[in-house]
Amino acid sequence: MASTLTAPTNFIGDFFEWFGDLGIFFWRVARAAVTPPFEFGELFVQLDEIGSKSLPLVALAGAATGVVLSMEARYSLTRFGAKSLLPAAIVFSVIHETGPIITGLVVSGRVGAGIGAQLASMKVTEQIDAIEASAVNPYRLLAATRIVACILMLPLLTIAGDACGLLMGWVAQALVEPLSLHQFINSGFKGADFNDLLPPTFKTAVFGLIIGLIACFQGMRTEGGAAGVGRAATSSVVLSSLFVILADVVLVKFILIFFP
Amino acid sequence: MNTADQIALNPPDTANRANAPVISVEDLHKSFGPQKVLNGLSLNVNRGETLAILGRSGTGKSVSLRIIIGLEKPDSGSVRIHGQEITGLSLDELGEIRKKMGFLFQHAALYDSLTVEQNVAFPLLHHKQEMSGNERSERARQLLTEVGLDGQYDKMPSDISGGMQKRAGLARALALEPDILLLDEPTAGLDPISSGEINELVLKLQQEHHMASIVVTHDLHSAKTISNRLALLDKGNVVIEGSFEELQGSDIEFVKEFLKYS
Repeated sequence: MASTLTAPTNFIGDFFEWFGDLGIFFWRVARAAVTPPFEFGELFVQLDEIGSKSLPLVALAGAATGVVLSMEARYSLTRFGAKSLLPAAIVFSVIHETGPIITGLVVSGRVGAGIGAQLASMKVTEQIDAIEASAVNPYRLLAATRIVACILMLPLLTIAGDACGLLMGWVAQALVEPLSLHQFINSGFKGADFNDLLPPTFKTAVFGLIIGLIACFQGMRTEGGAAGVGRAATSSVVLSSLFVILADVVLVKFILIFFP
Repeated sequence: MNTADQIALNPPDTANRANAPVISVEDLHKSFGPQKVLNGLSLNVNRGETLAILGRSGTGKSVSLRIIIGLEKPDSGSVRIHGQEITGLSLDELGEIRKKMGFLFQHAALYDSLTVEQNVAFPLLHHKQEMSGNERSERARQLLTEVGLDGQYDKMPSDISGGMQKRAGLARALALEPDILLLDEPTAGLDPISSGEINELVLKLQQEHHMASIVVTHDLHSAKTISNRLALLDKGNVVIEGSFEELQGSDIEFVKEFLKYS
């Protein structure tokens, strides 16, 4: 009886402890990120690692999404007699939601696991302690650079993912019914304005913050050897994906209110 | 004003600092959960002196070393480096103190994504911005030659033996010309010849650089070879401190037992 009562209490306690530790970690990283010396060399390495190396995967995921959207939307819109809205449906779906969220989830899978496993491995082999013992702030060198790189690269990757999605959406439609790219773009972007393009794209900077922060946090607090490294990689992906989806709910509402 | 300037402008009691031991630890307590690891540990180390900390596994030897360099916070007690209390310092303030400290980890803790030379140049890259890339490389190679690793510059840590990793770790610890050297089990896991070579190397470096050193070890032979004083720990506190001969002459049962099985 006692154990059944303590189990939920422990879970709630652990939950709040995790958030508290995450808050402290974020504060340390934020303070390290804005005080010199700045680690520009490491930041450029991470921009390449997180940005350039995620590009093929994001482009492929975006392209596949565009094709699927095109096929599904054609089927649905034809049933309701609104086939002429197909380009606009693809453009708005890709730019408003599918492009940003697919990019966020793909990057949380690739980069979240990579950062989580790398930092966890460094933690259990005392490499992070060695950095600290060399009088270098590991929050600045390891965490701040990765988080800033995630924040900067997510919107750029989203633009690339959107572009691939739209291109392949057009290709999928053009294969069924002749339509030039020019016509597709003109028809799709008709009536679109600033509020349709920029807020959904730049909300992914928040996804970048979430992915970088959670992966670095899970990696740098790892304990327990190889098993701990595995747990850190898994939890980095699971938690960052979960929080990206939850943040998307809040951000979509926020965008609809402030950028109607 | 940066942290270094603040520390330089606000030295706590400069006159006392000059006469103070380089490392001074007083009444240190540390627990991990219910397990009490350090229970009132006190010790001092002066310039040019090497203290070996001996004891059974789990008696707090490595933890005391990690507290001295600030990688762990004590529950209570004082750690003074050159007379300056370090237990309440922030990470960046500690960084200024750590520039004068070298630490050799038990498993060397070399950065596995960097070559041996880049590992040694790492502290220089971050703290000697006035040095050019060539100068840093030259200094790293000079240190590696000093520890007997000439020609191994471009190898990755995974491609060299445990003994060589310890040597590279030692070279990295010496990169910023520290006046304090902390060695955590420098000969653990090494064959007798490699252990002997590491002992001779540490002894040579201490004679050349006149650092204040603390060596944590299980290896009594190593402790005898490289230290001036030995401190035997049990249950988180010093049981006896003195020369090897003083330990041998002790009537304390634990000391006798430890020496018998060493």
